[in-house]
Amino acid sequence: MTGAPPIIVTGLNHWFGTGEARKQAIFDVNLTVMRGTLTVLMGPSGSGKTTVLTLMGCLRDVQDGSVHLLGHELHGAGRELNEALRRRLGFIFQAHNLHGSLTALQNVLMGVLVHGSIDPGTQAAAARHALTLVGLADRMNYLPANLSGGQKQRVAVARALVGNPDVVFADEPTAALDHESGATVVQMLKRLGQVRGTTTVMVTHDNRILELADRIVTLEDGRIVNDTGV
Amino acid sequence: MSRLLQWLFRRLPIGWLQLTHSRPRFAAALAGVAFANVLVFVQLGIMNSMATATMKPYGFFRADIMISASDANSMTEGGNVARQWLFQALADPDVIAGAGIFVANVNWARPEKTLGLTTYGIDPTLPDFLSPDMAAKTTTLQLQNAGILDRFSRGLPRDEAAAIRPQTPLSFEVSGKTLTLYDTFAGGGGFGGDGFMMVSDQTFLTLFPARRSAAPDHILLKLAPGANAGQVAARLRDLISDKTLRTRSYAQAAADDLSYQQTKRPTGIIFGFGVIIGILVGIVIVYQVLSTDVADHLGEYATFKAMGYPQRFFIGIVLEEALILAILGFVPGFAVASALLAGMAKATTLPLAMTSGMAVMVFFGTLAACSLSGAIATRRLASADPADLF
Ligand SMILES: Nc1ncnc2c1ncn2[C@@H]1O[C@H](COP(=O)(O)OP(=O)(O)OP(=O)(O)O)[C@@H](O)[C@H]1O
Ligand SMILES: [Mg+2]
Repeated sequence: MTGAPPIIVTGLNHWFGTGEARKQAIFDVNLTVMRGTLTVLMGPSGSGKTTVLTLMGCLRDVQDGSVHLLGHELHGAGRELNEALRRRLGFIFQAHNLHGSLTALQNVLMGVLVHGSIDPGTQAAAARHALTLVGLADRMNYLPANLSGGQKQRVAVARALVGNPDVVFADEPTAALDHESGATVVQMLKRLGQVRGTTTVMVTHDNRILELADRIVTLEDGRIVNDTGV
Repeated sequence: MSRLLQWLFRRLPIGWLQLTHSRPRFAAALAGVAFANVLVFVQLGIMNSMATATMKPYGFFRADIMISASDANSMTEGGNVARQWLFQALADPDVIAGAGIFVANVNWARPEKTLGLTTYGIDPTLPDFLSPDMAAKTTTLQLQNAGILDRFSRGLPRDEAAAIRPQTPLSFEVSGKTLTLYDTFAGGGGFGGDGFMMVSDQTFLTLFPARRSAAPDHILLKLAPGANAGQVAARLRDLISDKTLRTRSYAQAAADDLSYQQTKRPTGIIFGFGVIIGILVGIVIVYQVLSTDVADHLGEYATFKAMGYPQRFFIGIVLEEALILAILGFVPGFAVASALLAGMAKATTLPLAMTSGMAVMVFFGTLAACSLSGAIATRRLASADPADLF
């Protein structure tokens, strides 16, 4: 795959808590992720997968070491840079985190509108297209309360992908999905990587996804213990 | 509505969608804002009507300067002023005419109810000191024991008032004397009495034998055209050796009276407090609604933050909600308050009414109060942390 690596992590350490309760969760993590690849983070519960993901996705301030994301250093980055970078990312959370007062279509639109002044017709068309891709063409105007868990997660996927992100961060995105839709989502991410060069970093335990991964990074107690290209 | 808002804000009307997501909660919030509006409107209506009632008697007369006793905070109270000061004032080149006026309460015992009439004794040969409407009727006052009556007196049937004309006068007994009403004028119930009556100074002195013509309640002065009432009043204060007297321009006397009623009288203070309490109730209700709404949506806001939405976007949502509550709460508040004031006016004959000035003031006040509540509620936005989402 071509281009400068979108994510370069060097000497990353992270602590939680203050004073006596201060505890190190991440120890000297080094990781370079290439453009258009699907990287899977594995490891037991509490090993630091989510922490690493939020640090790389500029959702958490870097305390020590360096995270280079899309050409920008996150250590010491200000609010404006964080916001600008987040707009180039797509997040798929463990919980779907849809807005309960917005319809499926409006939730997906939120992923487009953040990019500012694009023609409203184009915005709506993009949102509809994204929902169609995840198989929800007939559920556009449903409120989340009237969708199943799997459908909600697919709306969240559409919302993350509709803005054409450079990097997608996903934390157990298939946990709430049935076998088939889980596979569909991951295949879609994989294809996006091949077609658009979208980079995906995903936390998962799902064996079926491991088969699709370009690289599997295993964490234990906040350290990388295994790093395999497949 | 949603589409209109979307077009207005050039984004999804998230505040509107959030507020209307739960209809009962939204209705309760609007009822709260409407309630606060009603509180403020009713208090303001009462204060306004007090102001109108206070100003009413000043409208009966035409003068440039008024000399009153030190304790005369209004037209209807206070001690007398010696008439000699009137003559002394006339020595000033700018003072061209003067008149004394007398005030007292006359009780008209009627079968149903005794009317308390605030009665002015005036010199009917000096119509220049009266409003044109009143001046046109002074000829009848030159008759012995004649009076003209406030046709809007509280407790006086309208048709009975309408029947009082020079051709068909109406007589009644006051302290053993027969007073005859030949005409009526437009007064209107105040807080002090049931209505007003005008009699000549001669008739006044027969009704109140203890009063003397040399000591009226107030002295009114007219100035030469172009003279400055404030400057002449200052000159007269120097000239008049009784320094306890209050010599003010007529407009100043009216303004002082009003501010006395609103800030020194218990009733004025109570209604003023009522307005403040109404505003506070509104601010607290809206703050409560908005901060609960922010707290309920912290997860959604954190998600939007993770997607790259800036802080001003969330402040925009909260202010959008504040303005929606203000505008939609104002409408029923205005309607209920208008009906209430009309009903109260009917029941009390006080000049209680919704005015456009009040409506505009309360509307913008509501916008400001709701924005303030919204601004305070946005402080809770800080707890939406996208790092907690995974
Ligand atoms: N907000 C926090 N405050 C304090 N400690 C935290 C916080 N978040 C994570 N930790 C700690 O940091 C370590 C790594 O947590 P993390 O959530 O990254 O693990 P994980 O690999 O994602 O686990 P899981 O598979 O259960 O999601 C754990 O020991 C956890 O208790
Ligand atoms: Mg985790």
